[in-house]
Amino acid sequence: MNDHLLPRELLPSYLEQSDAVRQRFEKLKAREVILTISQLSKVFQSGEKSTLALKDIDLCTHRREFLCVVGPSGCGKSTLVRILAGLEQHSSGEVLLLGRPVTGPGRDRGMVFQGYTLFPWLTVKKNVMFGLEVNGHGKLDSEREAMQWLELIGLEKFADAYPQQLSGGMKQRVAIVRALANQPRILLMDEPFGALDAQTRCRMQEHLLEIWRKIDITIIFITHDLDEAIYLADRILVLSAHPGEVQELIEVPVPRPRSIAQFVSPEFLATKARLEELIYIGRHAAEEEEEDYPILARMTNVADNVE
Amino acid sequence: MIGIASFVLPVLIWCVVSYVPWVWHPQIMITDPGSVSYLDIGAHLPRADFATELADARQEGRAPPRGVPANPIYLPSPGQVLRAFYTSFTTPPPTKDGQWLHQSLWHSIQIIFWGFVISSLFGVPLGILCGAYASIARLNEPFVEFFRYLPAPAFGALAVAILGIYDGPKIAVIVIGTFFQQVLIIANTTRKLDPALLEAALTLGTRSRQLLTRVVVPGILPDLYRDQRILLGWAWTYLIVAELIGTTSGITWFITQQARYQHFPNVYAAIAMIGILGLGIDMILAAIGRRLFPWDRSLGKSA
Repeated sequence: MNDHLLPRELLPSYLEQSDAVRQRFEKLKAREVILTISQLSKVFQSGEKSTLALKDIDLCTHRREFLCVVGPSGCGKSTLVRILAGLEQHSSGEVLLLGRPVTGPGRDRGMVFQGYTLFPWLTVKKNVMFGLEVNGHGKLDSEREAMQWLELIGLEKFADAYPQQLSGGMKQRVAIVRALANQPRILLMDEPFGALDAQTRCRMQEHLLEIWRKIDITIIFITHDLDEAIYLADRILVLSAHPGEVQELIEVPVPRPRSIAQFVSPEFLATKARLEELIYIGRHAAEEEEEDYPILARMTNVADNVE
Repeated sequence: MIGIASFVLPVLIWCVVSYVPWVWHPQIMITDPGSVSYLDIGAHLPRADFATELADARQEGRAPPRGVPANPIYLPSPGQVLRAFYTSFTTPPPTKDGQWLHQSLWHSIQIIFWGFVISSLFGVPLGILCGAYASIARLNEPFVEFFRYLPAPAFGALAVAILGIYDGPKIAVIVIGTFFQQVLIIANTTRKLDPALLEAALTLGTRSRQLLTRVVVPGILPDLYRDQRILLGWAWTYLIVAELIGTTSGITWFITQQARYQHFPNVYAAIAMIGILGLGIDMILAAIGRRLFPWDRSLGKSA
């Protein structure tokens, strides 16, 4: 943990990439483009007042890329992913999935939400079958496929359990394969591990990387946890708040395969330092608008101090 | 355990009032009229009047009347009512064309059943549609909101004019009393469905038309079922008023008949039977609900 004490000047630049990492990025960028976002803006209209939530976002992701989106609260990262999912309409600009404009929700984009959104009235297996069935697959067909997906995540024993009988981590695993069962081109994840405890979250991150390695899927992952972003992502999109604008698109120099041990590697720390810098500056500007926290009146004896 | 106590407690109070002679008992029941000409055996007399008659008789050296402390006849003891539970079923109807108690009860249950079924047939789908689509809600709810304040019995005379004097107007009053509440309650329940579930379904490729059958209806079903149980209780409360409309029928006919002959134990027994029937049906429905919706955690608690 001594690395934490390294002065910032002694860290390598986050822009420095080892040969292996550089080659990976070259290969990644050579792959076909899955999603193109150009000049995307979103204005929220409430009565007379209009708020610019997203401004001129440009981004493109390649097949099998893992992209994380980070930013201070209020930067519109959730709005961005909801627009990509088709749950929200954008005000201007364009979103293209494999060249076709996105106009509404569709099975080509899977989504995992922060809250648990498994259907409580369906068993685990039927939850996974849901997408297949509404898209016209036969019952037997869907059932067989659902079981395969459950085996992939090791939850085949819980096929006939109801979601309420599962732990939070298990629910999110089922939610991930429920989205994947439709074989979408892209998986959108909106802080999917935000409600989990630290230990479970760590295991889920590993689990997600394992799924990502095995399946042809592009992932866009929203998070406010910088460690999580660096650990998972190929590239990290950093947004600023009010309005949400692209601050930087960082190529993570940490080599793959990733492991927990890398959390203290110089590349990791350099990237984190850069992210903190970006988000800290962003937050500083935003803070002026936000309300101050009050200084509390003392409610204990003057001699009774805790620190 | 506490649930049982909630029944035992009022019964206990009733027992004390009925069986402990110095608690209340404002009247004297005559066991021997003595020399007082207008008294009969079994007649009830206020304590003060009895005391004057007794004093008068003693003073004039006539045979004194005798009696025991009693409650007014409109408050029978638990024992009498308990006996009435049995005897009211075995007593033949006072008139030839009258009905036995079980026939009256069955008739009442049929009225409730049809009233509730007809109301639900329209109320449940309309409620779900109002909850699911804002435009339908805006079109319907203001009128429904207005109509539910109109007391259902007020339509009794109108219902008789339109539907005759037999079961039609009775069912109509129950429908009017239930339907408008039903639409609003079910619309509200539908609106409370977690919108994230709808969004999740949309991202899985569900088309908006499928949402209603695939997500909205199954999602609200346990709550809908609970609402229906509450509304059924509501329908029961309209029963007595409904049965007074046109030709009095069912359990109401039995109660009014018995009250006319001052068979108050029977009246109490009949009223208690309505409660027992209502609670019993609700408990059965709750048990069925637990079977139907095994995923619903809150159902077990409310039952």
